[in-house]
Amino acid sequence: MDKPGYFGQWGGAYIPEVLYETFRELKEVYTNAKADPAFWQEYLDLMGSYSCRPTPLTHADNLSRHFGGAQIFIKREDLNHTGAHKANNVMGQGLLVKRMGKTRVIAETGAGQHGVACATMAAKFGFACTIYMGEEDVHRQRPNVFWMEKLGATVVPVTTGSRTLKDAINEAFRDWVSNMDTTHYVMGTVCGPHPFPEMVAWFQSIIGQEARKQIIKVHGKLPARVYACVGGGSNAMGIFQGFLTDPEVELIGVEAGGKGLDTGQHAARLASQDASPGVAQGYKTMFLQDADGQMRDTHSVAAGLDYIGVSPLLTDLWEKDRVRFAAATDQEVMAALDLTIKKEGIIPALESTHAFVQAFKEAGELAPDQAIIINQSGRGDKDIFTIAHAFDDPSWKEFIRKKGEEYAAR
Amino acid sequence: MQLVEQLRAARTKKDILLMTHLVLGYPSFAVNREVIHQMVANGVDIIELQIPFSEPMADGPMIIKANQEAIANGTKVADCLAFAAEMAAQYDIPFLFMTYYNILFKYGVKKFLNKAREIGIRGFIVPDLPPEEGEEYLQLAREFDLAPIQIFAPTSTEERMRILARHGAGFIYCVARRGVTGSKTEFDASFDAYLARCRKATDLPLAVGFGISSRADVQILTGKADLAVIGTATIRLVEEKGPEAVGPFIAGLRG
Repeated sequence: MDKPGYFGQWGGAYIPEVLYETFRELKEVYTNAKADPAFWQEYLDLMGSYSCRPTPLTHADNLSRHFGGAQIFIKREDLNHTGAHKANNVMGQGLLVKRMGKTRVIAETGAGQHGVACATMAAKFGFACTIYMGEEDVHRQRPNVFWMEKLGATVVPVTTGSRTLKDAINEAFRDWVSNMDTTHYVMGTVCGPHPFPEMVAWFQSIIGQEARKQIIKVHGKLPARVYACVGGGSNAMGIFQGFLTDPEVELIGVEAGGKGLDTGQHAARLASQDASPGVAQGYKTMFLQDADGQMRDTHSVAAGLDYIGVSPLLTDLWEKDRVRFAAATDQEVMAALDLTIKKEGIIPALESTHAFVQAFKEAGELAPDQAIIINQSGRGDKDIFTIAHAFDDPSWKEFIRKKGEEYAAR
Repeated sequence: MQLVEQLRAARTKKDILLMTHLVLGYPSFAVNREVIHQMVANGVDIIELQIPFSEPMADGPMIIKANQEAIANGTKVADCLAFAAEMAAQYDIPFLFMTYYNILFKYGVKKFLNKAREIGIRGFIVPDLPPEEGEEYLQLAREFDLAPIQIFAPTSTEERMRILARHGAGFIYCVARRGVTGSKTEFDASFDAYLARCRKATDLPLAVGFGISSRADVQILTGKADLAVIGTATIRLVEEKGPEAVGPFIAGLRG
């Protein structure tokens, strides 16, 4: 049997002693909640009334015809309140915070989706909220910073290290070791020390539970393949859990190929040869690091995938050949995004679009009586600055220039 | 002689021992060399050499910056080992490695501990490696006669302290307060109660660190702890006044 908090050889809880009691309390409250059917019912009621659960499974018939292969279905996590699957996790952890009697929440954020979701949860439940965000991401995702602040959160730009997601996680831990008596750290993904990977995966399992029922209802049988993008891995673990015990369903995780796997400028831990086993940020997994164990800079057009490590649950499933990994480059992502918007009137987040890229590459290999599901983890319309920039859109640039002049003149 | 015996012997001659800290390769090994010379010449009893890591989760702004810049300057683990070997050969006082677990893990825990023993390092402080995750490390440390220093925190229960003490050797590092390295510590009644709990849990010497930066701080600890740990304060001093300021600063910490 695996050690508690381990998935195969991956995971664990590499935490400083000052947090030992805090983790003991968190594990206790999580274990009790998991054993209490009333807790899950409270969670489902909340997600049904405050978010848009169950989220629909959309048949993308135009895209299916376009590729002439499998029927493409899209699981619409973008239709959650705040626009991404992140709501599933934060509302669940919010209920645990109420049980622990804490009054303040902190979180890291990359793309800003988790930060917005966390600030929203804090507003609803009446918690104080501080969000740590790498300075580079603050610039990349300005609209999300605006909303977090409007929601009452303090957003702290992190200027250490590479100024991205990993550095925001370090800063959140540094806050937590000072303020653990009042504060819960709402980790945004299925990474970090035990029980976070397992606990966040539990809240996200709602995606897979729904998707399994929905595909059987509309398609009459299980899908051939399920695609999800993988940053830390929470949306992927969420949907994969609905199909883990169905060996006929192939599960595909898609990582950020950035400027190409051969350039070194990517964030593909499992799809490239560049990662190796390591221990950082409280857990053991495959990290993008150098021979000394120093973490490397990663690159992706999608801030939410731009991360050095990957969920220990996914590393275990990869090692056991249950989940196959692929990578999508920034360039492929922009092309798939354009196609999805034009064919289906759906705007996936840049992160989610990575899953679309791989599904599009493979849809034609399958027969029309087979189905695939793409997990659309988030919506792209509030990535407007990043997407407009990536498309190098002339009329958008003109608009920004004029807006700038207008503010400058005041 | 085991580290704990050496510290106890030193303690019979002094009211309190001083442990200092520096980040290897920051700002350079040449400055490290000068700083260590001044520390030893002015009576420092034991020195922790921090091998820089890109994700120093338990450290505050000053030491984060030192870690980052040391790595940016090209400091490699192999350079740190060579430098530590030179220091351990040159000076009689014990040297420890302080670093995060990934540095050991990536090198190979057995290989790293063996290397440390060969070059004369006496123990390790690894803040992100609780005993539950460090079975291999703890076993090898005992085998190689290296002290795996355990850490107590104000949040540790008495039961937890006893478990940690069983795994420890050399001394116990008592973190003076919540938070990260480098900011001020208040030595109030709850601090005294905490130290009393630490004392009750173990016979090992007690070192107190986090926020110790002045003669007044060291005086407060005298009679309560066996070692005072000076970390961020000397790094800040070197940054502001240069390595030559370290000697007088250290000399002034004890009466």
